[in-house]
Amino acid sequence: MGESERVRWRCRRGMLELDLIFSRYFDAHFAAMSPERKEAFQSLLEYPDNDIWDWFNARTQCADAEVSPVVDDIIVFARTIQG
Amino acid sequence: MGLPVRSFDAVIVGAGGAGLRAALQLSEAGLKVAVLSKVFPTRSHTVAAQGGISASLGNSQEDNWLWHMYDTVKGSDWLGDQDAIEYMCRMAPRVVIELEHFGMPFDRLDNGKIYQRPFGGHTQEFGARPVQRACAAADRTGHAMLHTLYQRNVRARTQFFVEWMALDLVRDADGDVVGVVALEMETGECMILQSRATLLATGGAGRIFASSTNAFINTGDGLGMCARAGIPLEDMEFWQFHPTGVAGAGVLITEGVRGEGGYLLNANGERFMERYAPTVKDLASRDVVSRAMAVEIYEGRGCGPNKDHVLLKLDHLGPEVINHRLPGIREIAIRFGGVDPVKDPIPVVPTCHYMMGGIPTNINGQVVAPLGTSPDEVVPGLWAMGECACVSVHGANRLGTNSLLDLVVFGKAAGDHAIEWLKANPVQKPLPASAGDLSLSRLARLDNQTGGESVTDVGRDMRNIIQRHAGVFRTGEVLAEGVSKIREVAERVKHTGIKDKSKVFNTARIEALELDNLIEVAMSTLIAANTRTESRGAHARDDFPDRDDANWMKHSLYYSEDQRVEFKPVRLKPLTVDSIPPKARVY
Repeated sequence: MGESERVRWRCRRGMLELDLIFSRYFDAHFAAMSPERKEAFQSLLEYPDNDIWDWFNARTQCADAEVSPVVDDIIVFARTIQG
Repeated sequence: MGLPVRSFDAVIVGAGGAGLRAALQLSEAGLKVAVLSKVFPTRSHTVAAQGGISASLGNSQEDNWLWHMYDTVKGSDWLGDQDAIEYMCRMAPRVVIELEHFGMPFDRLDNGKIYQRPFGGHTQEFGARPVQRACAAADRTGHAMLHTLYQRNVRARTQFFVEWMALDLVRDADGDVVGVVALEMETGECMILQSRATLLATGGAGRIFASSTNAFINTGDGLGMCARAGIPLEDMEFWQFHPTGVAGAGVLITEGVRGEGGYLLNANGERFMERYAPTVKDLASRDVVSRAMAVEIYEGRGCGPNKDHVLLKLDHLGPEVINHRLPGIREIAIRFGGVDPVKDPIPVVPTCHYMMGGIPTNINGQVVAPLGTSPDEVVPGLWAMGECACVSVHGANRLGTNSLLDLVVFGKAAGDHAIEWLKANPVQKPLPASAGDLSLSRLARLDNQTGGESVTDVGRDMRNIIQRHAGVFRTGEVLAEGVSKIREVAERVKHTGIKDKSKVFNTARIEALELDNLIEVAMSTLIAANTRTESRGAHARDDFPDRDDANWMKHSLYYSEDQRVEFKPVRLKPLTVDSIPPKARVY
């Protein structure tokens, strides 16, 4: 419980756009992730908001091999979410 | 009492631009400084500021601080305090050059000087023509500022308490602030951080609105702490809005969409802006478009099952224009509105962006309240700066790029002033026997509550009421109904319950504590707005459409304990120059 709640809190960001995407993605996918995937997701949350937002908008590419598959997955997820 | 205590020279709540700027000043003076933040410092909401920071450097065009001051006073619709505005505009070049020396990566001209761009409301020669006054670091000025200040603080050995939430101020029998009670999320335990100087830099509280551009962390924690400690909140009726946020999300759709030919529709499929602004229609100014949208929604012509938004149609522009001239809009609409604008219109609503009011302070950042004979008596030991404070440089309406300036100017001023205060007050006052009781009773109430309403449900009702009754469309009737509705919600907030009573990173518990702060802001907003029977800046009332300087050129002060509103005069006298006399605010 504690670990998952900690990650849920770290989905709180400085940018509203990331709050919305991360909190929805967390609710939809985090519980079912493999331990490695959970690690990678937490690594993604360590990056600065503006870098993450640029990756989500394909303005720049995430060069972190651990994190980039999660970025790709979130880009697909965010395309299908409802307001 | 029984809570653990740690002692500091200064405790700063909030690690955005204002908190970090103040912390840097205090730490570099060799003081023992603690900064509390709910999230990692560089994830504070300052990162979302894109536009820039204004300063009359005159690098691209002739400029001076007096023109900047004039623009800010006019922008404030003569509710800003002219001493504070003079101070901010005069200090602007100095604080920006300081940021440059700290290593902030500003955009530059070929000659190496900081590049400056034009921004709405900033002019040369008292409104004669636009001026390039905004200094920016690409489209991530706030991000660059925050990272620069954070690195400097690490170097200066500022002590950070990350993922800590401040709950309440500790005031002694004299009314002096002697520290804060804070909750460590990791353990769920509380601690008293005793300090000779307590500085609040907790940012805005836009999350009281259903539609807001503010991040989830912007819950007005400093305002709630002050309200519960008997300190009034100033000018809370003034909130800045943007017309087109994606309904249900708050993410902005740029005005460029309407510039390219997009237009708004109500539930009847009517292009309603033709009625409100027959000539310019959807290209009318922000406030006109926002109020027209709000009227349509209020009068029952909103769209969707809850009739709570209007539609922004742009499919007629064709995919070519949408993809090439409006980059990013399609992604935003798909992600946050659930629609592809190439085929379907985007649901939009007027969206809250910035809080002009806040904790009343003087130009040193000291929190002031009418305690005895003067309207501006100091609350000893307490400072506030940035969006949570009302100094007041923004008055009834903020100019773009003046918010980042506000953060650094008054963050630094508060830090400097606190340093002098600490020299003059070297002895830590003892904690009162009751220190911590209020916070502990709030936590005990949550832990012992059985069958309470969910925080999510009560919070949603609060946000919907504020959106409908304290948004851009205001009349006596709309506001009075809002006041009675929000009072009912405030009662419900006292009885919220959480199912999960665990301690470690209990987000439900944190959100319940945040709601205690939000409801203070929500109440102050509606009650102050209902009291002010004029239109000024962002507070526009249909039943009182004009500014009324004879009766209303004054600040409101809302007191939580008995929900009363008092007033204090606007400080019309600048520090060294002549007062800028009121006139109509037209551009």
